[in-house]
Amino acid sequence: MDEFANLKETELRLGLPGTDNVSEERERVSSCNKRASPSDTENEIESSTRKTETSPPRKAQIVGWPPVRSYRKNIIETKKNESDHEGQGIYVKVSMDGAPYLRKIDLSCYQRYSELLKALEMMFKFSVGEYFEREGYKGSDFVPTYEDKDGDWMLIGDVPWEMFVCTCKRLRIMKGSEAKGLGCVV
Amino acid sequence: MKEDRSEMAAKDVELDPRSAAISEPLSSSSSSPAAFNAVVSAGNKSRSCKSSLPVTQPPCPGHVLENVLENVLQFLTCRRDRNAVSLVCRSWYRVEAQTRFEVFIGNCYSLSPSRLTRRFKGVRSLLLKGKPRFADFNLMPPDWGAQFAPWVAATAMAYPWLEKVNLKRMFVTDDDLALLAESFPGFKELILRCCEGFGTSGIALFANKCRQLKVLDLIESEVTDDEVDWISCFPEGETHLESLSFECVESPINFKALEGLVLRSPFLKKLRTSRFVSLEELHRLMVQASQLTSLGTGSFSPNDVPQGEQEPDYASAFRASKSIVCLSGFRELTPEYLPAISPVCANLTSLNLSYANISPDILKPIIRNCHNIRVFWALDSICDEGLQAVAATCKELRELRVFPSDPLEDSESPVSALGLQAISEGCRKLESILYFCQRMTNGAVIAMSENCPQLTVFRLCIMGRYRPDHVTGKPMDDGFGAIVKNCKKLTRLAVSGLLTDEAFSIIGEHGKLIRTLSVAFAGDSDMALRYILEGCPKLQKLEIRDCPFGDVGLRSGMHRYHNMRFVWMSYCRLTRGGCRDIAHALPSVVAEVFGSDVDDDDDNADYVETLYMYRSLDGARKDAPKFVTIL
Repeated sequence: MDEFANLKETELRLGLPGTDNVSEERERVSSCNKRASPSDTENEIESSTRKTETSPPRKAQIVGWPPVRSYRKNIIETKKNESDHEGQGIYVKVSMDGAPYLRKIDLSCYQRYSELLKALEMMFKFSVGEYFEREGYKGSDFVPTYEDKDGDWMLIGDVPWEMFVCTCKRLRIMKGSEAKGLGCVV
Repeated sequence: MKEDRSEMAAKDVELDPRSAAISEPLSSSSSSPAAFNAVVSAGNKSRSCKSSLPVTQPPCPGHVLENVLENVLQFLTCRRDRNAVSLVCRSWYRVEAQTRFEVFIGNCYSLSPSRLTRRFKGVRSLLLKGKPRFADFNLMPPDWGAQFAPWVAATAMAYPWLEKVNLKRMFVTDDDLALLAESFPGFKELILRCCEGFGTSGIALFANKCRQLKVLDLIESEVTDDEVDWISCFPEGETHLESLSFECVESPINFKALEGLVLRSPFLKKLRTSRFVSLEELHRLMVQASQLTSLGTGSFSPNDVPQGEQEPDYASAFRASKSIVCLSGFRELTPEYLPAISPVCANLTSLNLSYANISPDILKPIIRNCHNIRVFWALDSICDEGLQAVAATCKELRELRVFPSDPLEDSESPVSALGLQAISEGCRKLESILYFCQRMTNGAVIAMSENCPQLTVFRLCIMGRYRPDHVTGKPMDDGFGAIVKNCKKLTRLAVSGLLTDEAFSIIGEHGKLIRTLSVAFAGDSDMALRYILEGCPKLQKLEIRDCPFGDVGLRSGMHRYHNMRFVWMSYCRLTRGGCRDIAHALPSVVAEVFGSDVDDDDDNADYVETLYMYRSLDGARKDAPKFVTIL
């Protein structure tokens, strides 16, 4: 079916980012479906690449680390002629069940799910298990989910990456039984 | 360049308590002198002004003695000595208050402006610090506070002879600057470090009104570009300017006006220009002002490509500036021109290249002439090789700062243990170091602890979080442990890398003189915090982020928070309840909690993202924004 043809890009594996053979070209996504709701939403999403394809993906940066004054950082950035300033990022909150406080992550730093998940794993020091299209995440107590624009909680990886970036409002790394229910929705 | 620590040049005067009029000691109240002294201290520079308070009553023995004391106390400049003097008795307290001309307030919220003006009647110099340091790293939402406004209002009424104001991390508006300029006819020195809230229009007004101005230093502050030609607003005629620093002003400058200003400022010794001054323009300034001792070189890049026409002889201008001992700037350096500074290298005591991304090959020919350098700031682009060159030549080096050219956690860092080791072996007189790197070894840190016993400031930032010694794989405990054990004069320490609770046990035990401690992503448990709070007897400023420290750890410091300037803990394991308990138990301490997100409404409301706790004589502040909760 067409709706699943686009999901190859979002297929998760345990390999390191950049090791898959899928073309790094951005695709125009002509139709996307949410796993949770059967009704189609036709979206033309043009995704923009901030960095060139050859530069390595940036990992999640913790706020205020390393401790260099923004004054100094700005000077260095002006010189590097970087066009990406903090304000242009797509910042969403990330909470993890059991962790006492929230973090923020810039979705525009990543090109695909594997990079995002890797960054989350590093930030919160956990591992996410393996993703299966129909069964969700296996092999870990932690399940990465996100809340979309409609307020629905979805499994990370269910929709094509570009759609995810556009509709994601916040992330939540669920733990335990609560997560299982979500992972099994078809 | 910042001069954070002024020398303590106290002239010790032998005071014989028996000859003073002894009355009963001051009773302790909520505003006991000891508590006041703790938050307000005298400055360090000597000020030999006579007190202008007239004696109208017929002299009685008490007053005679007070006059004598007054004249004696003038020579007492060390702030801690003055505090001690004020505690002797009521009479001494009074006289000390009359003769204190310089006041240092380390935390603007530790007391109210009215308390200051009630005690001290003749203040001429005020140093105020506002936001805590971690605010520099986006860990504090904007508009948190530290407004200068109430202070300028109070001092405008109380101290018509105020001459100097030195502010750090304060919020200063154009209106504040206007009031400052209008209220103090003899105003001489304004130094704004890491401040914000004002713009070029405020500076323009200030420059125009202060006819006695000697010093205007804007250092690492955010200055809004109101498109006002502020340099033209200095009054006509000869000025009293001795120091003008505007490196941080990010707006174009009217060069003709600047040149004219320099020409009519015969006393100008320090000139630090912004990056909007080109190399050609710098040359012109230098030629007019060969008496300069400190020069901020602006962009150090020519405006135009020299077109057949002979370009200025930059080296000759430096040769003519025989007095230059301090160089900074180089904001947009064209490396080919750096050798122009060679004529002054042998005299340099301070060189700041930290805005110039230069390679070792560019640095080496320059640094090999800098035998007298005491302060050196650079980017890590100079690599270990550059640091080795520094170590080989700069035997008088006291302060080194190596900043990251790529301040990201996973970037490649061109400096490493090798550079640190080299510096430790070559620069034995080192007193202060700030070193950014990606990874480090215990061996190099231990070597520094053994080779540089004069260290008072050791700040090592291993940018990769939780990184162990990359050779042995062990935590960095041994390295930092050696620093606190061997560097007996250490007053400031910043730790990083993988550190266990054991490291903090050693720090707590051996860090006897440590006043400032910065901890990030370290420790295993509350024990680490306990070790710190139960040790380090001189600890004043504690800043912590992302450590597994909770309420139990916080509680272990209850006995000492009233004696500290502040404690900052963000992204730890503190709960609201835990913080509230501390706040209720310690009435002289104010506990603020807030998050980095101003409109945070998350479910984890029980956990505290940031706790900022400080002692205060006047309770909670009235100007806290909505996102701050004072427990």
